[in-house]
Amino acid sequence: MGYGAYVLKRVLLIGPILFGVSLISFGALELLPGGPVEAAFGTRANPELVEQLREQYGLNRPFHVRYLDWVGDIVLNQDFGQTIRTERDVSTLLATSLPPTIWLAASGALVSVFIGIPAGIVSAVNHYEPEDYLATFLAFLGLSIPNFFLGLVLILVFSLYVPIFPSSGFVSPLEDPVEGVRTLVLPALTVGTAISAVVMRMMRSSLLEVFSEEYIRTARAKGLTRALVTNKHAVKNALIPTVTVVGLNFGYLLGGVVIVEQIFAIPGIGRLTLTAILTREYRVLQGSLLVIALLFALVNLATDLLYAYLDPRIKYD
Amino acid sequence: MTETDQSTTDQTTGGGSRPLPGAAAAETARRVFAESRLALLGLVITVGVVIVAAFAPVIAPYDPTAQNIAEAQLLAPSLEHPMGTDQLGRDVLSRVLYGAQLSIQVGVIAVGVAMLAGVPLGLVAGFYGGYTDETVMRAMDVVFSFPAILLAIAMVAILGQSTFNVMLAIGITYTPIFARVTRSGVLSVREETFVDAARAIGDSNASILARDILPNVVAPIIVQATVSLAFAILAESALSFLGLGAPPPAPSWGRMLSDSRNFMESAPWTALFPGLAIMVTILGFNFLGDGLRDTLDPQNDTESGGSI
Repeated sequence: MGYGAYVLKRVLLIGPILFGVSLISFGALELLPGGPVEAAFGTRANPELVEQLREQYGLNRPFHVRYLDWVGDIVLNQDFGQTIRTERDVSTLLATSLPPTIWLAASGALVSVFIGIPAGIVSAVNHYEPEDYLATFLAFLGLSIPNFFLGLVLILVFSLYVPIFPSSGFVSPLEDPVEGVRTLVLPALTVGTAISAVVMRMMRSSLLEVFSEEYIRTARAKGLTRALVTNKHAVKNALIPTVTVVGLNFGYLLGGVVIVEQIFAIPGIGRLTLTAILTREYRVLQGSLLVIALLFALVNLATDLLYAYLDPRIKYD
Repeated sequence: MTETDQSTTDQTTGGGSRPLPGAAAAETARRVFAESRLALLGLVITVGVVIVAAFAPVIAPYDPTAQNIAEAQLLAPSLEHPMGTDQLGRDVLSRVLYGAQLSIQVGVIAVGVAMLAGVPLGLVAGFYGGYTDETVMRAMDVVFSFPAILLAIAMVAILGQSTFNVMLAIGITYTPIFARVTRSGVLSVREETFVDAARAIGDSNASILARDILPNVVAPIIVQATVSLAFAILAESALSFLGLGAPPPAPSWGRMLSDSRNFMESAPWTALFPGLAIMVTILGFNFLGDGLRDTLDPQNDTESGGSI
C-alpha cells in the first residue's frame, strides 16, 4: 500500500470511530436510569415538573431520534444544546473553555520537549556512564510522580514558600504575554514532566540507534569530533521518532490537563467536564466528551500520518 | 539499564516466541532478576508495599479512622505520630499504611477485570481474524479514543461513586490494551507449526486457543499487567483526588492529598507522606514492569509511558 492509500484509509477510519465515540458520549448519559432531567434535579423533583421538562427537551422520543437530533444539530449548526438549569448555550461554554486547555496542553508538550530532548542526548552520549543512570533514574521518577502531587508540591514551593508564580487562574498569553506566561509556568511543568520522561527515553534509544549507523562511523572516521557528529548529524535524525512520541502521548497530556486544570483552577475543558459531572449537566458532559475525543482522534491521526511520512520503513497496516 | 535495552530497537517483530511452560517459569523469573537490577529493585518495592498492605492492621499504630480533633489536630511529625496527624486528628502513618491496602486491592481487581475482558477478546480477534477481528478491534479503538482518566471519571459519574465502580471503570478503561497485546501475540504464533499440528490431529479451536496459543502469549500479558498495575493505582489516586474515588472515611492516598490542600502551607506533612507513598508504589511497579519487558518481551518497544 502506498502512502496516499494509507492516508485515505486512515482518514476514512476516523468516520466509524467518531460514530462510536458520539454514540458513547450521547448514549451513556441518555440511558441513565431516570434520565437526564432527574439526574439534574434529583429524584425528589416534582413528577409533574419532570414530565414537563422531559416534554420540553423532547426526551420522550425514541433513542435513535434523540441521537440523530443531537448529532444533526452539532454537525449542521455547531449547536450542542443548552444547559438544563441555567439555559446557557453549551457551544459557548465549550468554545470559551477550549483555549485555556489548548494553551496548557501545548505548553506542557513544549516543557516535555525542552526537558526530555537535552536529557536524552546527555544520556545517550554518556551511555552506561553515571550521567546516563542518573538521567534514567530521574526519568522514572518523573513517570512515577502523580501530576496532582507534583502540582501541589510546586504550588507549595513556588507560590506559598517562595511566591514567584501564581497558584491559580488563567490569563491568555495573547492578551497579556507576561502574566499569561507567569500563570502557565507551574501548570505546564506539572503536565509536561511525565511526558518529558517518555521523550527522554525515546530520544536516548533513537540516538543510540543512530550512533550505530554507518554514516556516523564514517563521519567519526574522517576525523570529526564526537560533539560535532552528535550535534550536526545524529540529533537531527533521532528527533523524528522523538517528536512523534509527543503526539502519541497527547491522550496522556489531555488526561493530565483535566486534573491539572482542577489543581490550578484553570477554566478549561477538563474543569468544565468535572463541573458538569458534579452538577449533572448532561448536555455539557456529552459535548465536552465528544470535543475531547475529537481532538484526541485528530491529533492521533496527524501523528500517525506524520510518522508514516517521515519514516518510510513502517508498514502501512 | 541492562544490555537488553539496546536490543529492543534492533529486533524485528514476529516469530521467535518461546513457550513458557510452568516448569520454566521459575527459571525465567530467576533470569529476569539476575539480568536487571531495576527489576530487582522494583520487586523489592512491590513486595514491600504488598506486605504493608497485607499487615496494615498489625503494623499501624492507630485506627486509621479514629478522630481526635480536640487534642491531636494537625500535629507535626513526632515520635508519637511519625507522620503527624491530619485535620481531624487522625494518625497520618496509619492512614498511609491502610491506604496501601486500598490501592493494591483496587489496582489488582481493576487489572483483573481488564485482563478477564481484554485477553479473551484479543484471543478471539487474533485467532479468527476477518470480520470478528475488525469488529472487536474497532470497538477497542473507540474505547481508546477517550483519554483514559477522563473515561474512568465519566464512568464513575454514570455508574455512581463506590469502590467497586472505581475498580470496574478503571478495568474497562484498560481492557483495550490487553486486547491489543494479546491479539498481536496471537498473530505471531497463529501460523506456527505446532498450531497446524494441533489442528491436524483434530483439536477443537477452543482447545488450540487454550492449550497451544495462550501459553505462548503469556509473557507480554504479564508485562502489560505489571505496567497496568502502576497506572491503575495512579488512576485510583487521581479519581480519589478529584473526589470520585472510594467514599470517605476510606484512607485513600489520593483523597488524603486533596484533603491536605487547605492546610498544606502550615501542615505540609499531610500532603507529603501520601504523595510519596503513591510515588514509591508506582515507581516499584514501573521498575518491575520495565525489567520484565526487557527480559521477557524484547520485541515490544513501547515506551514505559502510557495513559492514565
